[in-house]
Amino acid sequence: MARRIRPSTRALLVLAVAAAAFVATLLDAAIPRARREAESNETRALVARLGLTDLALFTEARYTRHPTQADLHSAFQDHPLALEHFPTGSLLPPPRHEAVDRETALPD
Amino acid sequence: MKQWIEKQRYLIDFTLASLARRKTRNLGLLGVYILLVFVLASVALYTHALRIEAGKVLAASPEVILQRLVAGRHDLIPPGYIDRVGRIRGVQKKEGRLWGYYYDAVVKANYTFMVPNAGGVEKGEIVVGPALERSRGLAAGNGISFRSYSGKLHTFIVADVLPQASELVSADLVLMHEEDFRAFFDYPSGHFTDIALTVANPLEVRNVALKLSAALPDSRPILRDEVLRTYASIFDWREGIVLALLSAAILAFGILAWEKASGLSADEKREIGILKAIGWETGDIIKMKFWEGLLISLTAFLVGFVAAYLHVFYYAATLFEPVLKGWSVLYPRFQLTPHIDGLQVATLFFFTVFPYAAAVLVPIWKAAITDPDAVMRG
Repeated sequence: MARRIRPSTRALLVLAVAAAAFVATLLDAAIPRARREAESNETRALVARLGLTDLALFTEARYTRHPTQADLHSAFQDHPLALEHFPTGSLLPPPRHEAVDRETALPD
Repeated sequence: MKQWIEKQRYLIDFTLASLARRKTRNLGLLGVYILLVFVLASVALYTHALRIEAGKVLAASPEVILQRLVAGRHDLIPPGYIDRVGRIRGVQKKEGRLWGYYYDAVVKANYTFMVPNAGGVEKGEIVVGPALERSRGLAAGNGISFRSYSGKLHTFIVADVLPQASELVSADLVLMHEEDFRAFFDYPSGHFTDIALTVANPLEVRNVALKLSAALPDSRPILRDEVLRTYASIFDWREGIVLALLSAAILAFGILAWEKASGLSADEKREIGILKAIGWETGDIIKMKFWEGLLISLTAFLVGFVAAYLHVFYYAATLFEPVLKGWSVLYPRFQLTPHIDGLQVATLFFFTVFPYAAAVLVPIWKAAITDPDAVMRG
């Protein structure tokens, strides 16, 4: 008669398999992929060639398609009390713009 | 040592038998627990990998983009404007860019029309992005007509489709010849959308921006650093609607786990009483419950994380698509390169495994130190 497998053996086995799969994901992420690297370089080259500035993640509105190029008032562009009406507005933070100091001259 | 291991194994056997007595409840809890780790890990892995990818790809974008603002809005660059930029030291190359948006009423999608400065697209032809190829069912050699804003119909031949691998940046692009672009949008000749500047020395970029804003007060320079910073903060934890929705789920799970783990049922109390009455020590009972907490939370963490990894990197995060898509019709299909942030994994581990293990132990310890008779009587 075959010996009955103890529940602890079964549980530890499940845990060991899960832990091995976890370690495998870490290794998988650490292995450099020549094909992905080549694709990434190709995309980089396209960005450089066309002078692209944004990801094509959200194509619904112009200030979500090109958040870095949008003017500073784009979220309230329609009328003064207009709320952001695209769902992406809740996923995308406002662009991190640099404040460039400007000199002021008095009008003539 | 062997004896110690054997003792722990008997404790695990006992714990599993005890968990099996309330099978549905415990399996349900494990399922919800795995789901929670899966969603949290998916969000963390996806955003981290996307940020790295964006940083890598957009590092090749122009050092400075110069826009002209009129009444707070982006306006066209008039003729002669580019020449005024030319005299600033450190600027190696300056190119007027031509690009704009087009709403295609046929598929109700927005496209980005663009003129590549390096050329490469013949007159009457266009090169389209992969998402556009999918949505309009295009292939190289096909003809396509767009109705321009002036009401005229313009027909183009698709010369090529941009590589699928570059879809993250090129999904909705339509590249065309300069003359076609100007004719299509009725773009005044000599005008440009904005100016891309190449600055040789990266340390000079800020100075160039300062000089530009002094020389051209109506201009707005956008530095590559700003672009990279914007995408480094994309899906920041504060902004994520996914995380906002998730926080409710996390709270709900927290309550469920706490209720399950801390509120001992009469059965469990009786069990502890009996164990103590037949000679179990307090330490043994705590060890048994420790194994229970560890087995459940560790299994949930490992299974949830591995499932999230497969979902994000091998199934292109399909479950997030409806959330990320928002109202846009064109959505890029892209495969992210796997990246794991050790700190993120450690944080996830700490916040999912430890609270549960602690929530299991505290009430057991309380029950285990009381008199067995009192515990059994409830």
